[in-house]
Amino acid sequence: MAKPSRRQFLKIMGATGAALLAGKKASANEGHKINNETIGMLYDATKCVGCKACMSACKRVNGDYGSLSYERAKFDTDGLWDAPEDLSGSTRTLIKLFKQSEQEWSYVKYSCMHCQKPSCVSVCPVAAMTRDPETGIVDYNKNTCIGCRYCQVACAFNIPKFQWEKAIPQIVKCDLCKNTNLPKKGISACAEVCPAGAIMFGKRKDLLEEAEKRLRENPGKYINHIYGAHEVGGTNHLYLASMQFNKLGLPTLKEDAPAEFSEKIQHTIYKGFIAPVALYSTLCFIAVKNMKGHGEAEKEHDTKTDEGGDH
Amino acid sequence: MGHDEYQKHDAKILTPSFIVLLTLTLIGFALILLRFVKGIGAVSNMSDGYPWGIWITYDVATGTAIACGGYAMAILVYIRNRMHYHPMIRSAILTSMFGYGLAGFSVMVDVGRPWNAYNFFVPSKWQANSAMFEVAVCVMAYTTVLIMEFLPAILTTLEKTEWKTLQHLLDRVYSRLGMERPERIGDRLDKVKELAAWARPRLDKILIFIIVLGITLPTMHQSSLGSLLLIASTKLHPLWHTGFLPLLFLINCMYIGYSIAILESVLSCYAFKRPFETKELSGLARIIPWLTVIWLSVVIGDLAWRGQLAKAVSFDFYSRFFLLEFCLIAGGSLLLFSKRRRESIRWLFVSAALIVLGGALYRFNVYLIGFNPGKGWHYFPALAEVMITVGIVAFEILGYQVLVKILPVLPKLHTREQLAEAHQHTVGKKALEH
Ligand code: SF4
Ligand code: SF4
Ligand code: SF4
Repeated sequence: MAKPSRRQFLKIMGATGAALLAGKKASANEGHKINNETIGMLYDATKCVGCKACMSACKRVNGDYGSLSYERAKFDTDGLWDAPEDLSGSTRTLIKLFKQSEQEWSYVKYSCMHCQKPSCVSVCPVAAMTRDPETGIVDYNKNTCIGCRYCQVACAFNIPKFQWEKAIPQIVKCDLCKNTNLPKKGISACAEVCPAGAIMFGKRKDLLEEAEKRLRENPGKYINHIYGAHEVGGTNHLYLASMQFNKLGLPTLKEDAPAEFSEKIQHTIYKGFIAPVALYSTLCFIAVKNMKGHGEAEKEHDTKTDEGGDH
Repeated sequence: MGHDEYQKHDAKILTPSFIVLLTLTLIGFALILLRFVKGIGAVSNMSDGYPWGIWITYDVATGTAIACGGYAMAILVYIRNRMHYHPMIRSAILTSMFGYGLAGFSVMVDVGRPWNAYNFFVPSKWQANSAMFEVAVCVMAYTTVLIMEFLPAILTTLEKTEWKTLQHLLDRVYSRLGMERPERIGDRLDKVKELAAWARPRLDKILIFIIVLGITLPTMHQSSLGSLLLIASTKLHPLWHTGFLPLLFLINCMYIGYSIAILESVLSCYAFKRPFETKELSGLARIIPWLTVIWLSVVIGDLAWRGQLAKAVSFDFYSRFFLLEFCLIAGGSLLLFSKRRRESIRWLFVSAALIVLGGALYRFNVYLIGFNPGKGWHYFPALAEVMITVGIVAFEILGYQVLVKILPVLPKLHTREQLAEAHQHTVGKKALEH
């Protein structure tokens, strides 16, 4: 009895492996499509003057969405200034200055990239992270979020932030002013207030066109790359800069969306729930048969002593 | 399924180890209280770069693998038809029940907004793309299944009980109040007995289907625990990030499960002064190397295929942890290939311990050590964070210790030979002490 069941068992294990390989193959020819009708922002680091008007506008309009609390600098005992060091549970966007040398430096703005195939949406177990198929906005709903922080693990840009110090915490990230400035004024708050025109708000296709135009018309001024055009399957927040993007804290990423890869494997294993159901019925069959066999074996057992061991 | 194959362990409940474990449990639970009042940041070193610390890594990812003893034994007993391992299954299931129940509990400590967890039961919120969703649903289902698998032990006890302690207690309460104990309480207690007697044979009939569910569910969620990290392709070191993560996690939980069944049996026989189950254990030990060999071949083959072998032996930080994991697992299984060692309790113990350590290290490597969110982020667990995990583990052992003393869990010692063996093994125990 032992031998056939071991073989059956190995067969099941083999099937899992085969499913994985199949998953890999499938991912090569499917792949998702970028929707250029969705909205986003183009940030031109060479135009940014580092005034941080976008940062305070963001906090002002999004106050009741959980990002109003100001952060103290270590030296600021009276708490007079808001001085965030990084994106956090109270800061959705941040301007940083990167200095290569006294002559070479660049500002950079951080916020959610509004990915076309967002990892955070793919992994959220309760659909608290969602991507609006029409606008492309990746939004967060604190009323469904369970706070598992899987979105943080998944995001290649380390964007979603968690309120570690609160008893009732939530995830904080840019939602393109979906619930605040956008419905009121038709533009995100940070883009609206930028005095230097460094943030352009609009349809992805217009942003791409504009970025290409700037690259064409100013040879030598920019790194010849639109960051976000293809990274992780395309993002709706695009960047132009005069310095290598990885120096500005924007990771060098491949073109395929990590979510494509993981979903393929997950879907192959669970497709139509066939594999689990098949596994369950096979196991039931074997187990019931074994139980019956055991009933008979038990009678013999009285006369024979157990040999033990495996054969 | 025979019912006379198990017995209670007759011993005092209040032992020194009980006090120690209780203290640790209480410290842990006090810190958990603090976490709910002051936020997760107050007790842990987790950060936006390392949003998953040791609670997820140990309590959930590793703890449930260690709790897979019940799963591994069920495969063996019911699928591979080695019914003579049957007496070992109840204690394996009891540990699994604690392991899983407490993993579920510690998830509730770890997640930031536990009151929203009801969304797992709201179909419109289901997000089948998420490996986390799959893990959560399966773990909840499996914990329920484990409780049902353990129910026979409780029902048999209910059937036989005379409620002496409870009756004494009630009598005392009522006499304090200056009243007679009403008759209907006795009736009620009899009702419970009747109900248990009614339910047990019915449960027995369908139990096999529940048990098989108890094999299917871990197969699903243990592999999904590997899938969880598939998405972190930019953060998890290439030594561990592979499409085979689900398969590797599945095999990993099986060899950990069998090794834990060995460790648990040796330790509880030692602690409860019972004869060692050497014959069964060496039988179990035969299976382990087969599983680890498959596992190691997948690991090596996959690294070679992805061209990462050089990284594995580069002796940098990651490579060292990889090699440690590899050597523990390979070393432990190598020991088990020898028949002589498989029949020695000491070697069984050593090799099972090596394999559990190596298997657990694999999960730590995937969830924490090989995880690098980028420059500037560091993580090392805070003392309070560790103490919460220690408290939960202490509670687990505590529960096991108490339950084997009030419920028939451990295999029955009946024959004279077994008692004689028990005698012999006291010598073995002495050897183990050195
Ligand atoms: S940048 Fe991160 S948080 Fe924003 S949409 Fe992409 S994956 Fe989600
Ligand atoms: S923390 Fe909230 S939003 Fe993020 S994955 Fe978990 S449930 Fe979803
Ligand atoms: S789009 Fe709105 S939420 Fe996002 S960074 Fe700008 S102001 Fe803040």
